[in-house]
Amino acid sequence: MLNRTLAPEFQNIKEISLVQPESTSYPNGLKVFVFQQNDIDLLKFEFIFSNVLLEEELATLNPILSSMLKEGTKTLSSREIADTIDFYGAYLMPEYSYDHTSLTVYTMHKYVGKILPILADILQNSILPQTELGTYIRNNKQNLQISLQKNDVLARRNFYKEVFKGTRYGVIPTESTFDSVRREELLTLYNSQIRPDNCTLFVAGRVNEDIAQMTATLFGNEWSNNASAVEVKLPEFQTASTDLKYEQREDSLQSAIRMGCQIVNRVHPDFPAIQFVNTLFGGFFGSRLMKNIREEKGYTYSIGSYIGNLKYTAFMTLATEVGVDVTTQTLQEIHNEFDILRQEKTAAEEIELVKNYMQGSLLGSLESIFSHVDKFKKVYFSGLTTEYYHYYSEVIQQMDGSKVQDIAIKYFDYDKLFKVVVGRM
Amino acid sequence: MINFSRFRLDNGLTVLVHEDHTTAMAAVNILYKVGARDESPEQTGFAHLFEHLMFGGSVNIPNYDAPLQSVGGENNAFTSNDITNYYITLPSNNLETAFWLESDRMLSLAFSDQSLEVQRQVVCEEFKQRYLNQPYGDVWLKLRPLAYKVHPYRWATIGKELKHIEDAKMEDVKAFFHKYYTPQNAIMVVAGDVNLEEVKVLADKWFGSIPAGNSFVRDIPQEPKQAEARKEWVEADVPVDALYIAFHGPDRLSADYYATDLITDLLSRGASSRLYRALVKENQLFSEINAYMMGSIDTNLIVVEGKPLPHISLEEAEKYIWKELENIKTHAVEEVELQKVKNKIQSTMLFAELSILDKAMNLAFFEMLNKAEDYNHETSKYEAVTSSDITRLANQIFTEENSNTLYYQSKQKENVE
Repeated sequence: MLNRTLAPEFQNIKEISLVQPESTSYPNGLKVFVFQQNDIDLLKFEFIFSNVLLEEELATLNPILSSMLKEGTKTLSSREIADTIDFYGAYLMPEYSYDHTSLTVYTMHKYVGKILPILADILQNSILPQTELGTYIRNNKQNLQISLQKNDVLARRNFYKEVFKGTRYGVIPTESTFDSVRREELLTLYNSQIRPDNCTLFVAGRVNEDIAQMTATLFGNEWSNNASAVEVKLPEFQTASTDLKYEQREDSLQSAIRMGCQIVNRVHPDFPAIQFVNTLFGGFFGSRLMKNIREEKGYTYSIGSYIGNLKYTAFMTLATEVGVDVTTQTLQEIHNEFDILRQEKTAAEEIELVKNYMQGSLLGSLESIFSHVDKFKKVYFSGLTTEYYHYYSEVIQQMDGSKVQDIAIKYFDYDKLFKVVVGRM
Repeated sequence: MINFSRFRLDNGLTVLVHEDHTTAMAAVNILYKVGARDESPEQTGFAHLFEHLMFGGSVNIPNYDAPLQSVGGENNAFTSNDITNYYITLPSNNLETAFWLESDRMLSLAFSDQSLEVQRQVVCEEFKQRYLNQPYGDVWLKLRPLAYKVHPYRWATIGKELKHIEDAKMEDVKAFFHKYYTPQNAIMVVAGDVNLEEVKVLADKWFGSIPAGNSFVRDIPQEPKQAEARKEWVEADVPVDALYIAFHGPDRLSADYYATDLITDLLSRGASSRLYRALVKENQLFSEINAYMMGSIDTNLIVVEGKPLPHISLEEAEKYIWKELENIKTHAVEEVELQKVKNKIQSTMLFAELSILDKAMNLAFFEMLNKAEDYNHETSKYEAVTSSDITRLANQIFTEENSNTLYYQSKQKENVE
């Protein structure tokens, strides 16, 4: 007779093994990493540029530049670029993060020869046409107006503005930022940022001799640096407030709660342990915050905390949307959870669960060759190597009750967080 | 192309196995053939609420999530108008844990009062977060009952109103479970670093002894053909007007499904698409425009939605959209444009094969529709669509009397003027 109350025996979770890229550097300064995978018919080319800032407060120009990259070159109109990319079933995606701007293309292997020359043209000859810029600004102003109706968006904006004030990370777009954008400024930014000596290219898929050759010609040889490089300025962080800010919005059915602070980033030896404690605290479905505030109290559909790594810093943030009638209680519960984390030793069973969950989720995060690229990028842009993942696994495996408490005392302090509530309470 | 094997247990449970040893993970996907369309009009939102209760402990295992997380696994679920789908990914050497957990909740839930009490609240908060406290969040709560008068697609999976969720009773929960959560009403797909023989042994061990349950005949009232245009104006506290036009179209198993899907791709897929070019880029009339099909099993909706720029009224916006729809009705689509949307289908299908979970979900969905083998013929069905299919269906679908228009008007904009 089957005993259904007994769990099957646990099997140890395997370590990950990462595909190592071949790397090349070209005289124009471009660095290329190639991740080979022979049984896949898709290819990915990802050009990543460090964000160059003309001024810290002009940080809002970078995402605009990113979107404008596909809007026209000296010889191809926005429409021609779109037609060709779509015709060959490719995806062209300009992307933006706080530290990097990227241009990614996914293409079917058989059409790569049609797609790469367009990429080369965009990188060398974009003109950021005024008409297309006008359209971009009009549409994004309208999108912004809509976003500003959302309590969670308002709470998030308040958070970044306060925690990163005075730096690029704390610059938030407003309608007037869009109005003040000048094409000339964007072109200056394009020339200082979209250049081979500021670019790392990641290629993944079945990269045969022809494709390697085409890549070398188009991006290694024919692409040059037009202007001299811009000097990189380091952001100067200020101390953030630790108050609770309340932005009342009368008609709200739910309040958005957001809190957090800056924290050490990936290069710091504590980083994996911080991620461990964050996971246990609010980083997954079985976390303490979810168990208490959703699964016991039913105050919210979702609550979570998150560690974001940046080039010059990192941050811990916690966010939820809760019924207006339980907003005050939720704040109290969050406060209590921080205190418990710092004051009480975590039970071995809970630590064991989080360890295995994190190892499993690391293993599961490796799927196609494209996820191997992502793993590599993460450490590469922190100035680390893939050895980091061994260190990470080792730290996770060694966590115990006192280590969790040490990290909690050092980094997880409710009183040191900036807090904001948008809604009603 | 996804290779798979199929077997069926005596109690009626269908099991599909797809081996992919390039990963160290396994995916276990269980689809129950029940969705919001199976609910009664007085108890809407029930299938979705029930999905939450499936995580509240089963007859022999008090907690579902923790044992799975302890072996490195993750899980989630979703409910649509047609199905409820549960999925797990975990390191493949711990595959048996997934069988243990899933078989116990198919055998019987714990039916805990506390779980019902809490999940009612959680779902009410979800209702607020996603539908009530968001700009345009309630659009589907209005558009569905406008477009469907008879079919249960007239309510959203979250339900018609909070009250239906608040009123859910334990006896209803039990009845729902016994009717729909039976082996014969489920499809299980196991994919990834697994092998067929191992899955057969595990399936038999854990699921074999679950009683088959009673079969039932699904009798869903079908939507009669719409005879006249329907229009509804609403005012809301949003900064920008929005327009939604929904048309009835072919069901999921109709041969015309593929041409219809390509029509929406021609209209709005990618930066080269017709509506985007004509209404956002070449003429500055809209800030956003989109066309898509719902993909429902029964009679579908084809939706065109957009947000006009401040100087364009909703009536003008409507005219501009219709002009493009008339265009696709009266002018044959050229081969090169048709080939473009077909090429995009090809690359999309390649993407869908990158993840074992996506593959497992797709196999389960097509097995539910008819048979999983059909999934491997999808691309060729799209390839077979001709320009005259496009013209014929555009003329069939884009008519006044088949349209349901929701004018979503900004109160704030009025105040400014």
